[in-house]
Amino acid sequence: MSVSQADFTRAMMDAGQPVPDGLTDHLGQPAGRRFSVYRNNVAVSLTEAMHSAFPVISKLLGKQNMDGLAGIYLRRHPPSSPLMMFYGAEFPTFLEGMEQLKHLGYLGDVARLELALRRAYHAADAAPIAPEALGALPPDALLDTRLELAPAVQVLRSPWPLHAIWRYNTEDGAPKPAAQAEDVLITRPEFDPIPQVLPPAGAVWISALMAGATIGAAMEQAAAENEAFDLGATLALLLQGGAVTGLNSKG
Amino acid sequence: MLDAAAHDTLPAAPGVGYKPQHFAQITAGSGAVKWLEIHAENYMGGGGRPLAQLRHLAERFAMSVHGVGLSIGGEGPLDADHLARLKHLAGWLNPASFSEHLAWSTHDSHFYNDLLPLPYTDASLQRICDHIDQLQETIGRRMLLENPSSYLAFAESTWAEPEFLAEISRRTGCGLLLDVNNVFVSASNLEFSPQGYIDAFPLDKVGEIHLGGHDEDDDGQGRPLLIDSHGREVADPVWALLDYTLAKSGPRPVLIEWDNDVPDWPVLEAEAARAATALERIPA
Repeated sequence: MSVSQADFTRAMMDAGQPVPDGLTDHLGQPAGRRFSVYRNNVAVSLTEAMHSAFPVISKLLGKQNMDGLAGIYLRRHPPSSPLMMFYGAEFPTFLEGMEQLKHLGYLGDVARLELALRRAYHAADAAPIAPEALGALPPDALLDTRLELAPAVQVLRSPWPLHAIWRYNTEDGAPKPAAQAEDVLITRPEFDPIPQVLPPAGAVWISALMAGATIGAAMEQAAAENEAFDLGATLALLLQGGAVTGLNSKG
Repeated sequence: MLDAAAHDTLPAAPGVGYKPQHFAQITAGSGAVKWLEIHAENYMGGGGRPLAQLRHLAERFAMSVHGVGLSIGGEGPLDADHLARLKHLAGWLNPASFSEHLAWSTHDSHFYNDLLPLPYTDASLQRICDHIDQLQETIGRRMLLENPSSYLAFAESTWAEPEFLAEISRRTGCGLLLDVNNVFVSASNLEFSPQGYIDAFPLDKVGEIHLGGHDEDDDGQGRPLLIDSHGREVADPVWALLDYTLAKSGPRPVLIEWDNDVPDWPVLEAEAARAATALERIPA
């Protein structure tokens, strides 16, 4: 007669399972449809969480398809923490694993961008340096300097026109995406994360900085990938985004 | 209003559940609304707009932190990471009140984002008291525990809910949060007298009252099944039950919860004004 929480969750997450014995109405009769309130609450609240977490995916697929996918996803990957703001971390890989979505190869990266924007929105605050502080360094010292970047900063590399797809689905009158690879930088100058397209090898340079490389060492990595790497243009994106929060010239 | 010392208890006045879309209007003039409640879990990111808004509001209003994710009624141990996050939030915000639910939401390290029911037995009583002791020790303050809305009963239960809550309060020293809409919903769904529930409730332990809107469905057997949806105005019979409660309890902080289909600020403020009227007409 006793209903364990394992029994309860099993039946709650699978409508094909019978309602556990021991759950009743006020007359001691089997709970029946009353149990469906919990089945429904969990599915609806997690589905709504997925819609608000991935609005562009939802728009690309349509509400009904998104509802269906969320219904599968929430059973395969229920939240692992009460911090719903970070729910959906496995959604990009999940989308890429769906056979019937294989023709929409970009969906995984679009979901990664939406996750990254959400993480940037909630990332810790950090005060940017004055850009002049960099200009004041002699050239040799500049190359040996490491840049501390704000916790909100993120870089995504994509074989798809990732930024253009995002823009086309979030901005009225944005141009239609052209077939090209795009790397995206996310900065958060104040409270709203801003995604921008990175120039060639800019993603390599910033990723190297994030891994602890000096400006010079990161430049070598970037130039090795693409000779057209433009330090000035890439650095300007970081500085305009308030993304550089410290300079470290030691070791 | 800007005296921080005035914000260490909730006033016996209306408050609302804070929604970010109302930030500008609340800071411009909050009308009948005298305090604000937040869901703890929405303010556990590293920074950004949510925490900036919260810091700003906490300088102007008494704040209540309402946890929805600790799973106090869970069979397993409390999540140590989540306890630490609650401690951190309660520490820097220093809210006027902290509350959680008589419910569970986590099982086997999965969080189900809903308040799930539990049987009222000696064993569950002991477990819940242990969890509340642990929480109160961790955050270094007394908490309020909220009564749930019920859609079904457990055959194994041996305690009535008001007595169960009273015993938890007696053993742990915690206060209680009385959700009058939940009482109304449960009373309708399980066919007991809502006034009888209030009569049996330890009203001297009540530090806060909740009100919210509910929806009506049916149980598949031709009887109504009320759903605690927080998506509309408080129903008239729930306002009447509030009057009944306040006449017995005296003035209390009264919160309007509206979490789904959140209305424009004037609609929410009007609900708070109605609560102010209810507080004003408490018989002397």
